[in-house]
Amino acid sequence: MSDTKVLVSAPPHIQSELGTKHIMWMVAAALTPAAVASLLFFGWWALGIIVISIFFALLTETLCELMMKRPLTISDGSAFVTGLLLALTLPPTVPWWIPALGSVFAIAVGKQVFGGLGHNLFNPALIGRAFLVLSWPLLMTTWQWPPSSLSWAGTQMDAVSGATALGLLKGGFFSNNSLSLPYLQMFYGNISGSLGETSGLALLLGAVFLLVYKIIDWRIPVTYLGTVLVLTTLRGQDPLFHLLAGGLILGAFFMATDYVTTPVTPGGRVLFGIGCGLLTALIRRFGAYPEGVCYSILIMNAITPLLDRLTVPKRFGEVKKDG
Amino acid sequence: MALKTFRKGIHPPGHKSLTSSLPVEILPPPRQVVLPLSQHIGAPAEPLVSVGDQVLLGQKIAEAQGMVSVPLHASVAGKIIAIEPRPHVSGKMVTAIVIENNGIDELAPEVSPRHLDPEKAKSDEVREIMKDAGLVGMGGAAFPTHVKYNPSPDQSIDYVILNGAECEPFLTCDHRLMVEKPDRIVFGLRVMLRAAGASKGYIVIEENKPDAITVLNRAVQGYPIEVVPVKAKYPQGEERMIIYAATKRVVPAGALPAAVGVIVNNVATAAALAEFIQSGRPLISRIITVTGHGIQHPKNLEVRIGTLLEDVLDYCGGFKGNPGRIILGGPMTGSAQYRLDLPIMKGTSGILVQTEAETPKTAPSVCIRCGKCVDACPFNLLPNFLGLYCEHDQIDKAEAYGVLDCRECGSCAYVCPARRPLTQMFKNTKNKLIAAKRKTS
Repeated sequence: MSDTKVLVSAPPHIQSELGTKHIMWMVAAALTPAAVASLLFFGWWALGIIVISIFFALLTETLCELMMKRPLTISDGSAFVTGLLLALTLPPTVPWWIPALGSVFAIAVGKQVFGGLGHNLFNPALIGRAFLVLSWPLLMTTWQWPPSSLSWAGTQMDAVSGATALGLLKGGFFSNNSLSLPYLQMFYGNISGSLGETSGLALLLGAVFLLVYKIIDWRIPVTYLGTVLVLTTLRGQDPLFHLLAGGLILGAFFMATDYVTTPVTPGGRVLFGIGCGLLTALIRRFGAYPEGVCYSILIMNAITPLLDRLTVPKRFGEVKKDG
Repeated sequence: MALKTFRKGIHPPGHKSLTSSLPVEILPPPRQVVLPLSQHIGAPAEPLVSVGDQVLLGQKIAEAQGMVSVPLHASVAGKIIAIEPRPHVSGKMVTAIVIENNGIDELAPEVSPRHLDPEKAKSDEVREIMKDAGLVGMGGAAFPTHVKYNPSPDQSIDYVILNGAECEPFLTCDHRLMVEKPDRIVFGLRVMLRAAGASKGYIVIEENKPDAITVLNRAVQGYPIEVVPVKAKYPQGEERMIIYAATKRVVPAGALPAAVGVIVNNVATAAALAEFIQSGRPLISRIITVTGHGIQHPKNLEVRIGTLLEDVLDYCGGFKGNPGRIILGGPMTGSAQYRLDLPIMKGTSGILVQTEAETPKTAPSVCIRCGKCVDACPFNLLPNFLGLYCEHDQIDKAEAYGVLDCRECGSCAYVCPARRPLTQMFKNTKNKLIAAKRKTS
């Protein structure tokens, strides 16, 4: 033994294979179908936006950490995921500096000022998007229908050129058109919208992957989507349309499930999902914006610590004080 | 019908097939045994012999001190060559009696059957027998068994549960015991039921040991004992989880199982009690599993208490390659050791040798709030928050969030993707809290 070195450490002496890094790269993998779909529908510039966004996210993370003399962490994959997620929330028409500035803001202000991974209060990608929408509202709402999609709205498309499906709804387009909605086309993603939000199919592929490998918990996406479906149905709107048009699926499975900025307790997650759904439905109905996913999640991020505190589970064998 | 179990928990790879089909071999008694006076939780025993004395196999060589203590017996016959501080699994030096084996294994005269009818025995009588046998919990905690059977006037015991879950990965010693000595276990349980005044016994076994379930089902015929197959899930063998799985009773935090009318013992403890009654042999040997990918020939072995690790490892062909970590007990709760002159004790269930590849030196990173620990903790704690409070020494907050309810099963640290040493932090904080409470009271 004298010549052999053995490790002495506290139990447990085995660990699950799933590390932080694995998780982040699995999330990135789960977003790949949506990224590929954006390339198919919106062309090569979609890929350009994604690459620029990721590049600036990684660059900003590195520069911040160099400046603060902290260990470099880009290999943990979290900045990559932030860059990718941000890109997927952008319209396909934006100039190159939009994803660049968005990523810089997302990482620097959304994440690093709080102390880096694990410490940020808000979802960094959504902080980046919110910053862009507030600063360049026109660029961030200039849409483009995929070239192959025009059969849906036919000639009327010219009149509403640029609006997303939700924008059309907000603009009262559907009320004066007896238009039957091509759900299948919406499900594939061959409609106007942000890069990664249009294809429900691609997003659900990734979501199933994350659910099967237990990377994400079902509670938030199910309660989020469920709340939106119930509320829109109650209001007499088409719930399926609300599900497929806009960023709801992307938000529910990939943004509202961000570990750092959402509750850890089962009860907190349910409340978080319901809150997101409520806010999304309200913004879509009454807000100035056609879409409400981004702000709903950000608002719920802000009350996450509160939700965690309100939903501390009853411990096994817990004895209440004073009887 | 769905298998009984508890909520949450984890599924670490079992690796039981390394040894689960290997019959128990008897390790030839070693040249020398080292018997620490502190084999159990509670006060160390007091030596009855001096250096130079000759002792016989099974002879009492140290007497119990105080309420929570048990005597110690010679596990080989021979000469006392030292009574001095020796390395102990706790990492400290602890006084031990060292016996040089004369190779004869001559039995002490008091080692003779007790002629006890399990259905007629009296509680006091059984408790005395348990103590005389030097009996402690053999699942790992090594709590003196007779103390559990000390009745409190306001508590009556309904059930005695034998823990045959063996949920720790790699370990198969209880599994082999159940397959090979089912009658002994059942006899022990019958005596325990009598001692506790309990009406029913349960033997709880994870479903991944169907052979043990079959033989025990046969052995309990005609007795008020039920074999309960449970889901294979960690920590199924944790005392409160096994009680919940078998009876749906929840032991209140801070209370003992007796508070809900239950006593839990390990199957090996029941077998040791039966052996003492039937043959007079006190607790001087036990079954351990020597296993892991860093061991040449994994085995289930019956070894004399006090056998040094190096003697056990030699018999198993030594290490395979360079060992990475040497663990006494299972990988979830066992203790890592760095020396091989440590003795097997009454509560040692196995030796696990991991390879260097199995012992990555990962640095803990920041909590990403994934909640995997929350989904794992069988006590429904929030290990992520507890970890932050412990890290920043906010022990009052840690207490408010229930750190004292943590039983250190290790599930949270096992699943943590940031590799945070949660269990260790909780253990340290608990010690601080308990020390602070002691000071104020």
